[in-house]
Amino acid sequence: MGRTAAGGIGPIGLGVAVLWLSVIVLLPLAAITVRSFDDGLGGFIDAIDAPAARAALTVTVGVSLIVTLINVVMGTLIAWVLVRDDFRGKGFVNALIDLPFALPTIVASIVLLSLYGPQSPFNIELNATRPALVIALLFVTLPFVVRAVQPVLIELDKEVEEAAASLGASNLTTFRRIILPTLAPAILSGAGLAFTRAIGEYGSVVLIGGGIPRETEVASQYIQKQIEIDRFVNAAAVSVTLLLIAFVVLLVLRLIGGRAARREERAG
Amino acid sequence: MTDAVAEDLHRLVTESDAIAAQSHAIVVEHLEKHYGDYHALRDINLNIPSGSLTALLGPSGSGKSTLLRAIAGLEVPDGGTVRIGDEDVTYVPPQKREIGFVFQHYAAFKHLTVRDNVGFGPSIRKQPKAEIAKRVDELLEIVGLDGYQDRYPSQLSGGQRQRMALARALAVHPKVLLLDEPFGALDAKVREDLRGWLRQLQSETGVTTVLVTHDQEEALDVADHIAVLNEGAIEQWGSPREVYETPANDFVMSFLGPTAVLRGALVRPHDLVLSHEHIDGAVSTVVERVVHLGFEVRVELRDEQGEQLSAQTTRGEAARLDLAVGQRIFVRPGQPDAAPAPTTA
Ligand SMILES: Nc1ncnc2c1ncn2[C@@H]1O[C@H](COP(=O)(O)OP(=O)(O)O)[C@@H](O)[C@H]1O
Ligand SMILES: [Mg+2]
Repeated sequence: MGRTAAGGIGPIGLGVAVLWLSVIVLLPLAAITVRSFDDGLGGFIDAIDAPAARAALTVTVGVSLIVTLINVVMGTLIAWVLVRDDFRGKGFVNALIDLPFALPTIVASIVLLSLYGPQSPFNIELNATRPALVIALLFVTLPFVVRAVQPVLIELDKEVEEAAASLGASNLTTFRRIILPTLAPAILSGAGLAFTRAIGEYGSVVLIGGGIPRETEVASQYIQKQIEIDRFVNAAAVSVTLLLIAFVVLLVLRLIGGRAARREERAG
Repeated sequence: MTDAVAEDLHRLVTESDAIAAQSHAIVVEHLEKHYGDYHALRDINLNIPSGSLTALLGPSGSGKSTLLRAIAGLEVPDGGTVRIGDEDVTYVPPQKREIGFVFQHYAAFKHLTVRDNVGFGPSIRKQPKAEIAKRVDELLEIVGLDGYQDRYPSQLSGGQRQRMALARALAVHPKVLLLDEPFGALDAKVREDLRGWLRQLQSETGVTTVLVTHDQEEALDVADHIAVLNEGAIEQWGSPREVYETPANDFVMSFLGPTAVLRGALVRPHDLVLSHEHIDGAVSTVVERVVHLGFEVRVELRDEQGEQLSAQTTRGEAARLDLAVGQRIFVRPGQPDAAPAPTTA
């Protein structure tokens, strides 16, 4: 591990990378942060303390947490099936996983609306409910955990599981004590991406979600509305809050995942 | 291995009850295994005495691992039976067989410390923590890894990882210890050390041990019994001396050591006698090369049909014959000590 002088790309490469990150990432983030404080700290706090803003943030984070948890379980399961099981059409299913991610999100919204909207062929009308938000976000965040876990699972040494079995471990014990800890960093990283994607999602929830204030209105919709009525500071403050949540979540997951990964790689 | 190390091992094994003396025979009868169309095991019959160290020896792909894994329960055979001790375990899952299995590539639990790796088996059996810790420490001392408790497998050398794997397997008081090319991934020096050490550990503990190897020297060195496998069948079963000195067929003969072809028959190069005089049964050859390998001398010859063969002799014998390239010399099978005196011609 660790960058060595020989393995690095030199000061020019580093400079380019830093400059690129500054222009593409840091500059806009700094701009919006400055903007959110246009009315001072008090203005910022007022902006996110407004009932509608708080509701939007709560709904967003709550729904995203549920979506992330479901993804952790289902994504790991799907990755497991794709790696360990042989069935016809596996290649097709494998290709299908990325589709929700590749699709324009508004298409997802239309598809879901036709399935669960007023003209639902199954008579399941979820239009403008929180479950609809969950379904829409599950749809667009499907690939993250699957794609993070898949390569680690492929690399997993079958003999390690056999060793556990020879020592008396049931399949469940082997999964819990041997496989899961090995997959944990990948699952956490997939979960982080799914969560942050979910809290920022707009396109796929805009139609099916309905955007009912304090019910199904998510943060991105709230931001959109504030901009439409020229409340830039409100929009910026909620944006910065979202950013902060995303950043903290990614950081924490990275720290947890990194600690697990380091244990394995601490090469002598 | 030094005497001090050997004595230490003896003391550790006898003082500790970490390894209970268990002795169970392994009996394999009419074992069959197919992978699709491929016939991987053909009517395998084996009787491995309790307390012995048996080697399954054969070239790569001969079915050694498949056989060992069938004994372990990691493969389910298509037919036949496997018995460990008094119990028919043919369809018993590996979890319930009370075996210790060691893999060529260690199969270490990378996210666990050495202590937790070795304690894994006992911890599943819900033994008290203090008891597990004590046993783990004892085992680590026996395998020479005392003080490495808190390391992770990635912080160990290959030889140390394999010692850890062995301690982990022994921690569950296995009825039998099964090792699949355990030294295959190690370099020559470490391999030889570990081999001697395993030999001693095995005789101290008396646990029935089956070792898979494709290295005939390793098998001859450590095993009480050798089963020679070829294309999924057992070609011969016997002591190292039996399989080496009285091989059942040409395959066993050529797999267990170097051979030369003399009048269409396989002979060991060191069983060839060279002389300047023609004696009944001798073949006329020309010396092509004389290679000095310390005490031994390898003489490369070509017979009148143009076939190459090499003979192995001692430095003294080579000097006495005064071998020179291009010289005509007679070769016949026989023991060198039975060779007639050179002056009797
Ligand atoms: N899971 C498997 N599927 C198909 N063929 C296998 C499998 N395991 C082993 N074989 C085949 O069975 C034969 C014997 O394999 P193995 O027992 O591993 O040989 P060895 O250990 O003596 O090198 C080989 O030809 C191998 O390709
Ligand atoms: Mg093998």
